[in-house]
Amino acid sequence: MGKIYDTAAAALDGLLFDGMTIVAGGFGLCGIPEKLIAAIHDSGVRDLTVVSNNAGVDGFGLGVLLQSRQVKKMIASYVGENKEFERQYLSGELDLEFAPQGTLAERIRAGGAGIPGFYTKTGVGTLIAEGKEHKDFAGETYILETGIVADLAIVHAWRGDLYGNLVYRKTARNFNPNAATAGKVTVAEVEELVPEGSLDPDGIHTPSVYVKRLVLGQDFEKRIEQRTVRERV
Amino acid sequence: MGWTRDEMAARAAAELHDGFYVNLGIGMPTLVANHIAPGIDITLQSENGMLGMGPFPFAGDEDPDLVNAGKQTITELRRTSYFSSADSFAMIRGGKMDLSILGAMEVAANGDLANWMIPGKMVKGMGGAMDLVAGAKRIVVLMDHNDKAGGQKFRDRCTLPLTGSNVVDVLITDLAVFERADRKGAPFRLVETAPGIGLDDLRARTGANFSE
Repeated sequence: MGKIYDTAAAALDGLLFDGMTIVAGGFGLCGIPEKLIAAIHDSGVRDLTVVSNNAGVDGFGLGVLLQSRQVKKMIASYVGENKEFERQYLSGELDLEFAPQGTLAERIRAGGAGIPGFYTKTGVGTLIAEGKEHKDFAGETYILETGIVADLAIVHAWRGDLYGNLVYRKTARNFNPNAATAGKVTVAEVEELVPEGSLDPDGIHTPSVYVKRLVLGQDFEKRIEQRTVRERV
Repeated sequence: MGWTRDEMAARAAAELHDGFYVNLGIGMPTLVANHIAPGIDITLQSENGMLGMGPFPFAGDEDPDLVNAGKQTITELRRTSYFSSADSFAMIRGGKMDLSILGAMEVAANGDLANWMIPGKMVKGMGGAMDLVAGAKRIVVLMDHNDKAGGQKFRDRCTLPLTGSNVVDVLITDLAVFERADRKGAPFRLVETAPGIGLDDLRARTGANFSE
């Protein structure tokens, strides 16, 4: 099959170009493709449009692409954890399109499923609805939202096999399986590359057809954003 | 004077019924989980892709792959399931959540809610709030009755960009509880006041009209 690459840089070789759109899995810092983001940073590719629920934090995740000014536009639902983001946006250096989180997830899912648009009641009567087609169904008003197809999708999975079947772990799944469907090319980083036949076919989250390239990452940082604990009683 | 944050959360917990699937927003609404009455069994949804959210882990048990929508480390329960963000919002948008409890900056007499941005000042984003108010069957809002400068937050009309139009069913503040019978024009009705809060005082601190 030849989907396995030795490094994140090798897995992205030939896929990156200035002005491209990249959709990334992850929620906050949970389940982000940290090795692929770092390799995109190192490549120096510029003027990116990045589709991701969040923008990382200063110095980690997508935050490193913001600090290096490689991002021209973000499509996201929540960017509150990133001061550099807020500074660039308020000063007009960065373009931002807010999408409600569920609308963003569905736009990515729809794009990956060949659906160019869909109607939703989310955002009706708010700034999000301005300029969008409104349509009534059974007496309720909905707005038209468009599917997203990116030049590249980058995702982080727990386990993968050489065919590109992927399994995510706990809430690190989040946007990853949706993003994996929405790239013209999808590259996955995995924590474990398992022998063929060892993934339960009934338990595969992303079937191999969606994944073009795969890299086994080493020494993942997997930073925790808000460490909260309870007392032992 | 007025209720504490924990007392507000306890009052909000009275809105929970046995068997409910509930999404709790970030901030004060998360306190509601500490006040669920014995005999009331609810399942908490976290919109980043989890049903059956458990309490914070013990120190040393934190798992970076297990966080809630506030990015806080949490635990799973025996009922827990995980799913993608698109699946998560399919169940929210599809009306499967019985209740969502959210924080707010402003609530209006017509049920409008604003809680996601202050133009020119704060650009954090709406996260899942717009989807939750559009999709959950019942919306309970927890907020301080007045801002730090004493300004009215329960108003005739919202001044901030809306999160949702005509979406709030119950408003719980540190001074009082208000409820609407429907989303078809019913006014907010005063259900109860905090100890020591008189009606004249409450009206003076409220921009919205409400019935008694």
